[in-house]
Amino acid sequence: MSAPTSHTGSGRRRRSWPDPRASGEWVAEPFPGQRAPVATPAAEITGEWPTGRWTGRPAAEPAHPAPDPAPAAGVPRLLAGVRRDGRPVSLAEHQRAHGPLPAARAFRLIAESGLRGRGGAGFPVEAKVRAVRAVRGKPVVVVNGVAGDPLGEKDTFLVSRLPHLVLDGAQVAAEAVEARQVTVYVVERPGLLELMERALAERRRAHLDEVPMKLVAAPDRYVAGESSATAQRLSGGPAVPVFRPPHIAERGVRGRPTLVQNVETLANLGLLARHGSGWFRRVGSPEEPGTLVLTVRGAVAQPAVVEVPVGATVEQALSAVGWLTEPVGAVLVGGCAGRWLPAKTALAAPLSHAGLAAVGGVLGAGIVIALPDRACGLDQTARLAQYLAGESAGQCGACLNGLPAIAGALTALATGKGDAGTVQRLHRWCSSVAGRGACAHPDGTTGLVASALEVFAEDVRRHLNGWCGRPLRGVLPVPEGRRARHRVGAR
Amino acid sequence: MSRHRQPPPPRQPPADRAGRLRLRVNPITCDGHGLCAELLPELLSVDDWGYPSPIVAEVPAQLESHARRAAQQCPTLAIVLERRRPRRDGG
Repeated sequence: MSAPTSHTGSGRRRRSWPDPRASGEWVAEPFPGQRAPVATPAAEITGEWPTGRWTGRPAAEPAHPAPDPAPAAGVPRLLAGVRRDGRPVSLAEHQRAHGPLPAARAFRLIAESGLRGRGGAGFPVEAKVRAVRAVRGKPVVVVNGVAGDPLGEKDTFLVSRLPHLVLDGAQVAAEAVEARQVTVYVVERPGLLELMERALAERRRAHLDEVPMKLVAAPDRYVAGESSATAQRLSGGPAVPVFRPPHIAERGVRGRPTLVQNVETLANLGLLARHGSGWFRRVGSPEEPGTLVLTVRGAVAQPAVVEVPVGATVEQALSAVGWLTEPVGAVLVGGCAGRWLPAKTALAAPLSHAGLAAVGGVLGAGIVIALPDRACGLDQTARLAQYLAGESAGQCGACLNGLPAIAGALTALATGKGDAGTVQRLHRWCSSVAGRGACAHPDGTTGLVASALEVFAEDVRRHLNGWCGRPLRGVLPVPEGRRARHRVGAR
Repeated sequence: MSRHRQPPPPRQPPADRAGRLRLRVNPITCDGHGLCAELLPELLSVDDWGYPSPIVAEVPAQLESHARRAAQQCPTLAIVLERRRPRRDGG
């Protein structure tokens, strides 16, 4: 792929993207339970964000199906099996494509693979497994399909399109920690629970699984997928974080040692068990092997869920969705709890934990959003901050008070009502609130806002005098926020 | 091999033996009363809304008794004091 001469859509030779259906690549239908983005009348963007679309190679349909013993070490891997009509891959199709799940030395496989979690933190799976194994008790594995981040689609996509790959991975994880129970935790959106229930029923009919699996619905809230919130919900309590230690590896669901893994991590395990760690490590870097499933959207031709090798650049990810449709000033990587990067830095940035950390970014929940130059980054971030403030569990004073204060100040700034004091307060609150919650929610918000103030510094200056002059509003699909509750300390 | 009784090793000073004390505020239980910051101003202050900052702090030996008082006085018992396990003799 040739290097671009500039990051602007208009500076490049105009690429014509052929009709995906004609070329053999295809576009999937929106999947069930799609959360509709907030429609902003002021938005000038024509057409809605076509969420749920996916482009990729269709699964092979051989006349005499036989599982490929060692598929090419290329990409896509997880997404190679996705159906073109938007429906979930059935158990029969899944087994035709991949073969049966072999009995593997799961713990050793995980250790050799170097697989890291794909839920955002990137914690090595081996370390989590070791921690659970070190504790006496009856371990529980939790399949975490509750992404939380409204800007991303990839977790819901994997749950709704490749449930059996995810569930295979859950069985592998259960073997690794010697769990006798797997709980599948999926957000309560129309169609999603039924879909997962059908997949589980298919497996039960086939007597497929060693370890029994059950389904539990999660509330559609941002913090509901946080590990300790998950454990508390599955113990019969509310889906809000708890104070740690003890960590959930030690005491999680009903006091039992608990392994929580993101659905993408488990889908990787499902393939790992079939093809081995040598195959797995052929893609990515030694420290961060494998692939990433990303939601790429914004000013791109075909917003979609795509799969790239770990370490692919943001530019390559944007190319995979048809490249930019207009000049882009900044890219948000990591979703709601991610960081803004200036376009130039972003394009060359490798999509890995290490690569992004080196440029002041975070990988987060695998979300890449290209912000058109016509849109105001402060406005976008203010809307996000309002949403995030409303999603606070309301348990910790710094978060419950700090996030609405930050959101309010940023909104004032973005609407031209801020002054130097507003900016000062924003900086002060961002430093003071971070690290003082029971979970990382406040840290995500403060990191996002701090990066916005830095990347959009020029716009901050303009806004102090009124307005930045950028006409576009309402670009990011931020859901209608809950009203944040204020609570001042007892003093 | 000599089986003579060896003299006992010299006593370690109490600080090394005991390990550092760490103060943690449970931010969920905390209600922002602010007594801890009044009793332990060297380590804790309050933010714009009355909540303590930071929520984790190493407690130097001379402040240990003050830290204990803060933990006892907290109206919601939100303060946890933890002592690190001592290092084995000989490191």
